[in-house]
Amino acid sequence: MADHILVMKNITKEFPGVKALDNVNLEVERGEIHALVGENGAGKSTLMNVLSGTYPYGSYTGDIIYNGEVCHFNTLRDSEKLGIVIIHQELALIPELSIGENMFLGNERKGRFGIDWDRTYHEARTHMDQVGLKESEHTMIKDIGTGKQQLVEIAKALSKNVKLLILDEPTSSLNEEDSRMLLDLLLSFKKQGMTSIIISHKLNEIAYVADRITVVRDGSTIETIDNHDRTVDEDRIIRGMVGRELSDRFPAREHNVSKEIGLEVKNWTVHHPVYTEKIVDDNVSFKVHKGEIVGFSGLQGAGRTELAMSIFGHSYGTGISGQLFINGKEVKLTNERKAIEAGLAYVTEDRKGNGLILPQTIAVNNTMARLDKVCNNGIIDTVKENLVAEEYRDRLKTKTPSVQQAAGNLSGGNQQKVLLSKWMFADADVLILDEPTRGIDVGAKYEIYCIMNDLVAQGKSVIMISSEMPEILGMCDRVYVMNEGKIVAEMDIADASQEKIMAAILKSEKKEEEKQV
Amino acid sequence: MNVKSFVKKYTMVIALVAVFILFGLLTHGRLLYPQNMSNLMLQNSYVLVLACGMLLCILTGGNIDLSVGSTVCLVGALAAQLMDKSGMNAILVIFICLMVGAVIGGWQGFWIGYVHIPPFICTLSGMFLFRGLGRVILKSKTVPVKDKTFLNIFASYVQIPGLDDNKIKWSALIIGIVIALIILITVFTGRAKRARKGYAVGPLGSELLKKVIIAALVVFYSWKLANYKGIPVMLIWVLAVVFIYAFITSKTALGRYFYAVGGNEKATKLSGIDTRKVYFLAYLSMSFLAGLSGLLMAARIASVNGDTGNAFEMDAIGSCFIGGASAYGGSGTVAGICIGAIFLGVINQGMSIIGLDNNWQYIVKGAVLLVAVIFDVVSNHKTGKA
Repeated sequence: MADHILVMKNITKEFPGVKALDNVNLEVERGEIHALVGENGAGKSTLMNVLSGTYPYGSYTGDIIYNGEVCHFNTLRDSEKLGIVIIHQELALIPELSIGENMFLGNERKGRFGIDWDRTYHEARTHMDQVGLKESEHTMIKDIGTGKQQLVEIAKALSKNVKLLILDEPTSSLNEEDSRMLLDLLLSFKKQGMTSIIISHKLNEIAYVADRITVVRDGSTIETIDNHDRTVDEDRIIRGMVGRELSDRFPAREHNVSKEIGLEVKNWTVHHPVYTEKIVDDNVSFKVHKGEIVGFSGLQGAGRTELAMSIFGHSYGTGISGQLFINGKEVKLTNERKAIEAGLAYVTEDRKGNGLILPQTIAVNNTMARLDKVCNNGIIDTVKENLVAEEYRDRLKTKTPSVQQAAGNLSGGNQQKVLLSKWMFADADVLILDEPTRGIDVGAKYEIYCIMNDLVAQGKSVIMISSEMPEILGMCDRVYVMNEGKIVAEMDIADASQEKIMAAILKSEKKEEEKQV
Repeated sequence: MNVKSFVKKYTMVIALVAVFILFGLLTHGRLLYPQNMSNLMLQNSYVLVLACGMLLCILTGGNIDLSVGSTVCLVGALAAQLMDKSGMNAILVIFICLMVGAVIGGWQGFWIGYVHIPPFICTLSGMFLFRGLGRVILKSKTVPVKDKTFLNIFASYVQIPGLDDNKIKWSALIIGIVIALIILITVFTGRAKRARKGYAVGPLGSELLKKVIIAALVVFYSWKLANYKGIPVMLIWVLAVVFIYAFITSKTALGRYFYAVGGNEKATKLSGIDTRKVYFLAYLSMSFLAGLSGLLMAARIASVNGDTGNAFEMDAIGSCFIGGASAYGGSGTVAGICIGAIFLGVINQGMSIIGLDNNWQYIVKGAVLLVAVIFDVVSNHKTGKA
């Protein structure tokens, strides 16, 4: 019989009114990488929270058997004592503290009087070397990127003597390069005998890294797929997740690109808002036709979000120069209001932080950018507002019982739909979608793609910034590749491929290096 | 609606009824004497006015204005000195004083909104600054307010010859009944309007019941007023402010922006709303209302001294939080804070009638505030998790 480090038996967890987990069974073998996949709200995170003791013993039914013993975890600390460490999607690091301080937060290395800082930083160094993090242990968290922060979290887990590492969406905010590094790190830990459970929406990564894959759907485990020989492909996993075959991940569209130009940007240069001498976007020129989806590909930090936000009413950056043309007319958009009135929309990558007012209702969020459309002389017609929200709910198939529901109660995919509704209601002609499908499940992604197709069918222009290359290749008519604030390549989609895009990025980096030499 | 959600929705109303009954019993019914009922409103007029302004500040993200009491003092001092020393026309004085309140608000709003000075610090500075200026204007003396016109505008009672000549001021009761009828009629006209436009109409029963209770309270209170000196003019001022602010916060786009900024400032800014202006307006309106309160206080006490308005900001802030405004911003209603203010008022009034000294009043107020906020946080936490 296989050696199981963890068995979760008949786990059932109920929230008021919802059965989040229904008789879930999960078996994890010692030394494997086990993937949990499923649509948003399927119950993956809930299951891991039960395991880690975030939901204490007694709030669920069923047994957790770890190393052959039945465990009753009441707090996170109980499970950590036994070497079960969970790293959440939203990293729990404190920006103003150093890497070393963060690693031993709540787990301080004590000396005779207070904290033994020498030991703290020495041990921090050891674990950082294990994960290959080449930063000083004294560097502040706020000064390193998300990729490195993720490594700090893993180093932190190592400092807790981790036996079973749980990663919830570890790569959702990483670019492909950093993601690959992280996954390879997991594989090297596996060789040293560590067991990991990984939750992810990125199925190509799962197929690459996981030995076995358990599919969760609607609060139940559907099946466990063996992937020891790495033969499982994405379609096989998707079939399990949605319970049907998703024949195409990208909806078909008639490519009806008009000759007319929706948005044209010429010689756009943006400086960093704080370090004003630093150039974030350097002399960027591009255009989008009506009825066209244009992709912006590139690594994280290439300056794509900054470009989009600076175009959208100078909402990012200082020392902005260059020209903007909307429908052939030059416009000067010095604030967000002017940008909206000119027919521009920026749908943020950070829907919780920059997009929605989570405690407010769907209806309120829906009309936020153009409240005047449901107002008479500054007085809101709430009934009309609700009708508007209901119309968009039906059009975009947002799953919610009522538009009076707080946006924060919705799942990621449905929040994204509310955010799109908001900007569709704003009558934008040019929509900039920044990572529109980040952190949402396959089914919802497909629906978002359909909405994008509808928008261009109406003659609108769509700019999609995305770090997922398949999405760029599957959806766009044309693609610009950005690196370090510059557009380094422009390709028709017929000529584009993942290899060509990566090559364009790498080539531009080489050129930079040559220049510096 | 089941009992649980009813209790949750109307917690503060139930609590208000409970303390009212409690102090009604403790005072052997003296709380219900017409004079005490009339004073209940008058003594809390400034709290209600200030709480309306404070709500806007708190909505923007739990920000408070500490300078309110000092502004009350400064504006009151200015009014008293202008009328006492230079004998200026009362209407002109009122106009000047309200403008001074607005200028103070503009000053603070500018720093907070456009220069991003933290509100706590900016208004703390204002608290010292305006208190000091007020005392300079008063030359550290108590200045009486004797101007007839001024007192009539703020501190008299509605008197209609022929109706109010006797012991019972019929005008108060008549106006009360008219208001009650209007409340009841709007239930039906409102439903008819919605039905005509094809909008959904809720169940009649609960809506009517609520409005009948409110109408009954209006009639009851106006009967109490009729048995004392009639409708105080100050009550009209307070109600005007309350209604205007209730309207702004619940019905207008401008009001929506205060909630939006408190809910998510970045998202609001990216929605094309000038968030700096929202902060500016919140503090502008706050100090304007503090100016109005200064006039109300000057008229009610009929004098102004260097301690006028001391700690008024705390009563306003307390009312907001007791009335359910979120300490993190983004939620709270004018109706809620009015209940909070009256709640504090009943406790104050009740304890004064019983004869508990001032020190105990502080203790009770402090405890009530803590309990109210704990309740708010705990109950929200629970629902947030579900």
